[in-house]
Parts: sequence; structure tokens; C-alpha cells
Amino acid sequence: MKTNDVIFQTIAKVVFFMIIFFAVHLFFAGHYHPGGGFVGGLLTSGAIVLLMLAFDMKTIKKGFLIDFKWLISLGLLFSAGTAAGSLIFNVPFFTHAYDYFQLPLFGKTSLHTAMLFDLGVYLVVIGVTMTIIQTIGESE
Amino acid sequence: MIDIVLKITLVLLAIAMLGLTYRLVKGPTTPDRVIALDAMGVNLVSIAAILSILLNTSNFLDIILLIGILAFIGTVAFAKFLEKGEIIEYDRDQ
Repeated sequence: MKTNDVIFQTIAKVVFFMIIFFAVHLFFAGHYHPGGGFVGGLLTSGAIVLLMLAFDMKTIKKGFLIDFKWLISLGLLFSAGTAAGSLIFNVPFFTHAYDYFQLPLFGKTSLHTAMLFDLGVYLVVIGVTMTIIQTIGESE
Repeated sequence: MIDIVLKITLVLLAIAMLGLTYRLVKGPTTPDRVIALDAMGVNLVSIAAILSILLNTSNFLDIILLIGILAFIGTVAFAKFLEKGEIIEYDRDQ
């Protein structure tokens, strides 16, 4: 029997962007408010899981042209690179740098290299979660 | 004054949670239990909101949205499992 889940698919398409924006907000708010790379990554993979529930794994693989296993290595590279980058400037390992910048649209903004480390955590969490779910879902 | 009202609301929500737990344990069919779990998620959202007023903090507001999203995804996954037998299918056009 062919099921017709048009309501679920339409809702999933709309809610996907809400969850993604909330995840990005959590990721960027992590420095001054609750949130951060881990929750943001988990929520992003939750949004992709919602799309997987509404459609199927083949469509999602066609839509996201990246192998999620690459995201793990990319995130580890970001984290290790941020930690090792401090060695170039003759300061101890994992020393972070920050400064205040006057950005055109945001005004006075504090840019911190800890955010690059957090970006690595974010990518690793997405990669690990999606790899686990894909490998479980694919096995027949 | 508002403190007493909030505490009474918390007690009422806890009683509602107990009723939902009864449905979760007793529920004759699986959909009964799934809907009880979903309603418990909504109840949890209200409890978190009341607690954030009581504790006078806005740090729990993210949790409220998070519980809402997770309850939605969980209920949808359960519903799909009951309907089709598998949660994530490889090719839906087969």
C-alpha cells in the first residue's frame, strides 16, 4: 500500500529551517548564554533526522552532497588547528586570542578563536550522529 | 502572591503528570502510550516555564524550545514506526 504523507512532508520542510536557525542561534550564543557547539550540532542532526523521517535516506544523500564521515575529520582539524595555532605565536598550547571589531552590520563585536574550536565540536557532533544513524538505518 | 499561584500551578501540573503516567502504564494500545509521552513532553515544557519564572532566570527558555522540538521528532518517529514498521527507509518509492 502506498501511503500519502503530504502533511508530514510539508510540515517537515518548514520545521527543518526553524530547527536549523535555532541550532545556529544556540551555536553562536554559546559564549555568553547557554548553548554551544554540542547542543547546536545535536539539534542540527535532529533537523536532518526529521527530513530523513519525512523522506528517505536516498533523497537526503542526494540533497546533502557531503559524506558525514568527512565532517568528523574536518571538525577535528578545526579543533586541533585552533589549539596548535597558538604555538606559532610563542604562547602555550590552547591559548585563545580575542579582540573587539567594528563590523559593518553588527556593530561592536567580540571575535574569539574559541569559536573556531566550537565550530570543530559542532562539525564532529553532526558527523558522528549522522554516521551512527545512517549506518544503523542502512543495514537490512 | 504570584509565588503562591506559581507553586499551586506546579502542583497541578504534577497531578496532570501523574494522570499521564497512569495512561502510560495502563494504556491498552501502543498509540495511547505514545500520546501520553507526547503530552508529558508538553507538560514538561510548562513545568520548565513555571520554574524559570520561580527561579527568576531566562536561561531555561532555550530548554523549552528544545523539549518542544525533541518531543515532536520523537512522536513523529514513533508514529512512523507504528505505521510502516521501519523508522528510516532507504528508498520510499519501491
